[in-house]
Amino acid sequence: MPTIQLDGAGVTVPTVSGDRVVLAPTTLTLTERRIGIVGANGSGKSTLARLLNGLVTPTVGRVLVDGLDVARQGAEVRRRVGFSFTDPAAQLVMPTCVEDVELSLRRRERNGDRRRELALAVLDRYGLADHAHDSVHSLSGGQKQLLALAGVLATEPAVLVADEPTTLLDLANTRRVGDLLLGLDQQLVLVTHDLDLARRCDRVLVVADGEIRYDGAPDAAVDDYVASALG
Amino acid sequence: MSNLLLIGVHQPGTTVLHRLPVGVKMAGLAAYSLSVVLVRSATWSWVFLALALLAALVGRVRLRTLARAARSVLLVALVVSALQWWLYGLPKAVETFVDLLALALAAVVLTATTAVNAILDAIVRWLGPLRRFGAQPERVALTFSLALQAIPGTLALALETRDAARARGLGRHPRAFLTPFVVRVVARAHETGDALQARGLGD
Repeated sequence: MPTIQLDGAGVTVPTVSGDRVVLAPTTLTLTERRIGIVGANGSGKSTLARLLNGLVTPTVGRVLVDGLDVARQGAEVRRRVGFSFTDPAAQLVMPTCVEDVELSLRRRERNGDRRRELALAVLDRYGLADHAHDSVHSLSGGQKQLLALAGVLATEPAVLVADEPTTLLDLANTRRVGDLLLGLDQQLVLVTHDLDLARRCDRVLVVADGEIRYDGAPDAAVDDYVASALG
Repeated sequence: MSNLLLIGVHQPGTTVLHRLPVGVKMAGLAAYSLSVVLVRSATWSWVFLALALLAALVGRVRLRTLARAARSVLLVALVVSALQWWLYGLPKAVETFVDLLALALAAVVLTATTAVNAILDAIVRWLGPLRRFGAQPERVALTFSLALQAIPGTLALALETRDAARARGLGRHPRAFLTPFVVRVVARAHETGDALQARGLGD
């Protein structure tokens, strides 16, 4: 598995009333295959996730993925670390499903016909073959999230960071997307409010008020989070 | 889903128009558009509209897509034509209306018979020689594709915003629609930028 290291990495943002700490300086090493991140809204868990592929750069410290500095070697890191957002609509930037996956494959495959074959194979793998030529806007929420994941996974990243990928989905699609994510060969960093998914990870971080409140085995971490959230 | 969102969507096929090289189609559309704008004749306007419909027939573009494209441009065409009527009279207004309709339909025929990635490949190929002067063809091509996708994407946001305003009983209040719509378009632009960065497409 890849090694993700946070070396005193923290994020502050300027506000009218002074700097606000979004994520306090954090030091940890992630080597497990499935890492869950749970926490309340605004706790800093998405910021932590975004640090991992350079969507947010640390204001102090540094983040390394397999020794590559996210702030300095962002392009190389992003080739290794894929990112999936809560709302797939923002991620789908081409008119049809197959074209959106093809966009991800442009760097890997220059030949248009071959690229189309690869994209269709990717759609088939994620159960979207029948929608290859449909408008991305015509898909259901679950299908959009699957397509967004297919677009990211088409590039075969070593790590996938998924920021609340099931938040907008119904029960069946939550199960479908959750099973897909937890079954990946890649290292997965999963930010989620779905505590059942979190319990299926190998390690869970609980984020509260911009700090890692708990870091350990899933059941103990989730129990800690529930106890602290519900008093 | 609104059928307006089908605009710009590629319809796979094997017609002559589908098989024509992208460059020929784009050059053809450019020449056609210039002719529509430069040739000032009511008769020719109808001829150009007929040509666009003929191209749609040859490319077997779905009638529904054409009708929706026409509808989407109708409001703009009506406003512009009304202005022309006021300034120059009815014949000029009709000519302008038919010209705008013909241009919209011709553009739909191009996008319906050409995969966006084929257009991107062509742009990258054409701009390749400019790399030595610092041009980044992949970025230009990506910008082009985003512009294409922005049309149905923005329409989707408009429809969602309209529905949200209606749900709060503010359906006919312009500010209840325009302010959140603009905010959502800007927010979506930021999100799309993040998504592109996350996919390494701007690197």
